[in-house]
Amino acid sequence: MSDVMLEVKGLKASYGQVDVLRGVELEVRTGEVCVILGANGAGKTTTLRSICNMPIVASSGVVKFAGTDISKSDTGAIVGQGMAHVPQGRGTFPELSTIENLQLGAYVRTDNEVEDDIDRWFQMFPVLKDRKDQAAGSLSGGEQQMLAVSRALMSRPKLLLLDEPSLGLAPIIIEDLFSTFKQINEDEGTTMLIVEQNANLALSIAQSAYVLETGSIALSGPAAQLRDDPAVQEAYLGA
Amino acid sequence: MTLFLQRVIDGLQNGAIYSVVAIPMVLIFKATTLINFAQGELAMLGAFFCFVFAVQVWSVPVAIAAILAMILAALLGMGIERTMLRSFDPTDHLPVVLITLGIFYIVNAFAGDIWNYQVQPDVPNLFPFADGTTVLMQSETNRLGLRIQHDSIAIILSLLVMLGVLHLILNKTKMGLAFRGVSSNTESSRLVGIRVGRILSFGWALACAFGALGAIIVAPRIQLQPNMMLFVLVYALAAAAFGGLDSVGGAAIGGFVIGLLNSVVLGYVADIGVMSSLTAAPLVMPVIVLLVVLWFKPSGLFGTKTIERV
Repeated sequence: MSDVMLEVKGLKASYGQVDVLRGVELEVRTGEVCVILGANGAGKTTTLRSICNMPIVASSGVVKFAGTDISKSDTGAIVGQGMAHVPQGRGTFPELSTIENLQLGAYVRTDNEVEDDIDRWFQMFPVLKDRKDQAAGSLSGGEQQMLAVSRALMSRPKLLLLDEPSLGLAPIIIEDLFSTFKQINEDEGTTMLIVEQNANLALSIAQSAYVLETGSIALSGPAAQLRDDPAVQEAYLGA
Repeated sequence: MTLFLQRVIDGLQNGAIYSVVAIPMVLIFKATTLINFAQGELAMLGAFFCFVFAVQVWSVPVAIAAILAMILAALLGMGIERTMLRSFDPTDHLPVVLITLGIFYIVNAFAGDIWNYQVQPDVPNLFPFADGTTVLMQSETNRLGLRIQHDSIAIILSLLVMLGVLHLILNKTKMGLAFRGVSSNTESSRLVGIRVGRILSFGWALACAFGALGAIIVAPRIQLQPNMMLFVLVYALAAAAFGGLDSVGGAAIGGFVIGLLNSVVLGYVADIGVMSSLTAAPLVMPVIVLLVVLWFKPSGLFGTKTIERV
């Protein structure tokens, strides 16, 4: 197993005529939490979507996942190789029940421990257990985010991509959620790449960080170092 | 009283026919959120396949001919999805719906070319008991009595079996769960590793197989000929819309409601028939239902209202 979980080189993406990414370079090491900061429209979401080759964007560049080039692979195949993505706006199945959402999360798996894993995430997020037969669309925003994260973890990913998990949630729920991410990272060894506007919180659980500005990486380094960087403090930490 | 009962029974009998055509439409709608106008014609083709196997060419037993026809129809459905529809952006409905209309005409003309636009004699019943009629409440003053055609019972029974099998496939299998996932959220489906294209193929195969089965069962009743589904399609569409387009059970109930309304209302309000005084006169009813549903409850009685909490 290589030390580098994800390697992105010269990633470019555009929506029609509009260039969104102009050669993004980044690296996520195995076992770490890495965060991408950036203002609205900097291309954070597009970066994640291009990494797992989701439709609509036209992208080019090299994406290597655990040593294999996945730039041309189908999204479904990438998931099969161990990458899970929690898209912005939750990405659950609103008409299906909580438990069916989790079962679908394990779609790529063929082992028989799916039920055990469901129990495990029910323990982590007890409220989901109370809602297990309820349609996902009827859960509150925070519950849906927990469901989306557990759904992604059900595939037993090596790498978890999280796209603005704090969006639209109350501060206290956000703090809980991030401490859960930290716990999952430590307990399961799941590598995480988090895109976040809530820079303070994200940097507090991350080991490394990147700052994305108008489609390319403007700054990068260990999370602690970026937290002390005056430019980052001014732009993203409200200092 | 007997006349009223007869109208109710007729309504239920016809309603079952609308249901069996509406259910496959709902399956396609669930998978792709588009209305497949070719559904009736593809089902008609399935009935002809069965006829060819059982009567015209090979004279195999009807049940086997029906299974062969269902398999053939499923393959045809998969082929259509793969070659004609897959390359289009599924969120852009107009081209896709127009293609299904095109398929409607192509299949109709194709069947007309091969089998002529005339009623085929000796169409076999899938169920041996389906020939014949039971007459109840016959008396001196009421010679006609209350007539229940046995094939209607066969149609209703098949409808129930169809519903049961679909329920099992959709709710108890991994493929069915994936199908409902794609129906609920295509993007999330990709993100859990579902090959969406394969699921769409599966949806088309399922819809076409069940469509063929429905047509095979109703063919002896509504007569096997290339235009057999022309009017039924309008009723089925109204039934599906009434039930909520994405609800299989709703479509089944919708079929019976349309059937009942049609037979009872037209029975007593003859003027609707006189108004248009054409063979298509009874078509007024489903169109009225369609309009009322779309005006007052576009999601239908059992359909999913788009629920979203952010």
